[in-house]
Amino acid sequence: MDVGDEMQKVYCWTAQIGNVVLLLLWHILHFVISVWYCALGIAHMLESYIISSGLLRRYKALNLDRLQFLAVVVDSEEAHQISKVTELLQWLRTIGVKNVCLYDTEGVLKKSKEAILERLHVAKVSEEATKNVTLLDQKHLNLEFASYPDGKDAVAKAANVLFVKYYLGRDQKEKNFTESHVAEALRTVGSRGPDPDLLLIYGPARCHLGFPAWRIRYTEIVHMGPLKSMRYGSLRKAIQKFTMVRQNYGK
Amino acid sequence: MDKESGHQASNIFGNLGSFLRKCIFRVLSIGPVPKHIAFVMDGNRRYAKKRKLTEGAGHRIGFFALTSMLKYCYELGVKYVTIYAFSIDNFKRRPEEVQSLMEFLQEKIEGLLEEESIVNRYGVRVYFVGNLKLLSKSVRLAAERAMAATASNSKAILSICVAYTSTDEIVHAVQESCEEWDEIKVLDPSGSGYGLIALEGNELNQGDSVISLTVVEKHMYMGVAPDPDIIIRTSGETRLSNFLLWQSAFSHLYSPPVLWPEIGFRHLLWAVLDFQRNFIYLEERKKVVQIPQIDRDRSS
Repeated sequence: MDVGDEMQKVYCWTAQIGNVVLLLLWHILHFVISVWYCALGIAHMLESYIISSGLLRRYKALNLDRLQFLAVVVDSEEAHQISKVTELLQWLRTIGVKNVCLYDTEGVLKKSKEAILERLHVAKVSEEATKNVTLLDQKHLNLEFASYPDGKDAVAKAANVLFVKYYLGRDQKEKNFTESHVAEALRTVGSRGPDPDLLLIYGPARCHLGFPAWRIRYTEIVHMGPLKSMRYGSLRKAIQKFTMVRQNYGK
Repeated sequence: MDKESGHQASNIFGNLGSFLRKCIFRVLSIGPVPKHIAFVMDGNRRYAKKRKLTEGAGHRIGFFALTSMLKYCYELGVKYVTIYAFSIDNFKRRPEEVQSLMEFLQEKIEGLLEEESIVNRYGVRVYFVGNLKLLSKSVRLAAERAMAATASNSKAILSICVAYTSTDEIVHAVQESCEEWDEIKVLDPSGSGYGLIALEGNELNQGDSVISLTVVEKHMYMGVAPDPDIIIRTSGETRLSNFLLWQSAFSHLYSPPVLWPEIGFRHLLWAVLDFQRNFIYLEERKKVVQIPQIDRDRSS
C-alpha cells in the first residue's frame, strides 16, 4: 500500500514539474519570438528613414495606375487618434492616392468623420453620389467611411431586397440569382464602394477585422503594424511593392 | 546490406523527427491551439517550372506536402482544416489543364477511401465545399462517395473547397435564404405571422427585414466549420483570391514566401506562434461584434 502511495506521489510530483518545465519553455519560445519582432521593427524603422530621405531611386517615382482605390483598416482602439489618421491621409494625398476607404470595426472613424475632414481643411463637403463619399477642393482625395455592419449586415439587407423583389413582388420570373443580382442589391442598400486594389492594416494583427467581404476578392492585403508606429517610408514601400504584383485571377 | 541500413537510418531519422515534433506540439499546447486552419495551396505550377518538371508533377509533390501538413495539424489537435483545392476562377485555365486537374482530383478523392489513407488514420470526416454542380459527373460522384464513406468519422473535419469562390457562396446562401422564406410563405399564405403582408408590394424600409444574418450564415457552404483561426497562403501572395472572405473577419492571415510543395513544419509552427501572440487581441475584437449581433437576432 505504502509503495503504491509513494509511487502515486512521485508520479504527481513529476507531472507537476513537467508542466512547469513546459510552461517555462513556452514562455521562452514566445520571448525569443518577441525579440525577433523587436529586431525586425528596428530594421523596418531604419529602412523607412532611408526611403523617406529619398536615397533609394526605386521609391522615388511611384506608378499609381493600378492603385485606383485604397482601403485602410484601423484598429478601433487606435482609430480614436484622429491626428494620426489625418496625418496618414495627408501622406496618402502627397503620394498621389485619389480614393481611400477608411474602415474600423466599431465605426469610430465614421463618428469622427467631421473632425477628420475639418483637419484635412475641406473647403466644401459635397454629398452627391452616396452618403459616405466626400470631395476635397485641393489635391482631390475621395474619402469613404465604412464599418462592420457595412459587410455582413449589408448582405443580409441585400437578401431582403432580393426576396421582396423576386419572391414577393410582381416580377417573379427571375429566381436564379447571380453575382450581379447580389452586387446590384448591395448598391441599393448603400454598400456601393468599389473593390479596393490594396488594403493596408494598421493594428497589432494581420487581420482585416471584417472589412466588407464582397469587396476584397482580389485585394492585396498588407499589414503595416500599429497606427502609433506608422511611418511614411513604410507606406511608400508597401505601395511600391503593390505596383510590382502581377495577378493571374485564377488562370 | 547498404540499402537495408539506409532504410533503417531513414526510419530512425523519421522517428526522431516525429518525436521532436510531438515535443514541440506539447510545448505549443500550453497556449491556445487553433481550432481551424485554412490553406491556399498556391505555387505548384511555379515549383514545377523552377525544378523543370511537368506541371502534373508539381501538383503531385504538392499533394505530398498537403498530406504532411494535414498530419501535423491533426497531431497538434487542430480539429478543422480547410483547403482551397480548385476555384471557380480556375475553370478559366486551358481546357487540357482543367481536364488533367480534374483527373488528378478524382484520383486523389478516390485515394481518400482507401484503408490506410490519412482520413481513416486520423478519423477525419471529409466535406466537399463549393458549387459541386459545376464539376463533371465522375468527380462529383467520387466526392459524394467520399463524403458518405467518411460520414461516421468524428475526430476531425477536412473541408475541401472545389468549384468554390466566396462570392458564389454568398450568392448561394442568399438564394437559399430566399427559398426558405418562400416556403414559409407558402405554408402560411396570409404571412401574417411573419410580417410579410407589410412587405408585399411595398418598398423595403429600414426596420423591415425578414431574412436575418443568422439565416444567411446558416446557408453558407462553410457552415460545417467555425470561422478559421489562421489562413495560410503560400508563395508570398497577400490576397485571399475569393477564399473564405466571409469567414476571415478575425482570422490571422499568414503568407510565407515559400511555394506550396516546399511548405514544411516550421511554417506551421511559425503560423501557430503568431496566432498565439495575437489570440487575446482577436478574441476581444470578436466579442465586440458578436454582442450586437446576438441582440439583433433576439430583436428580430
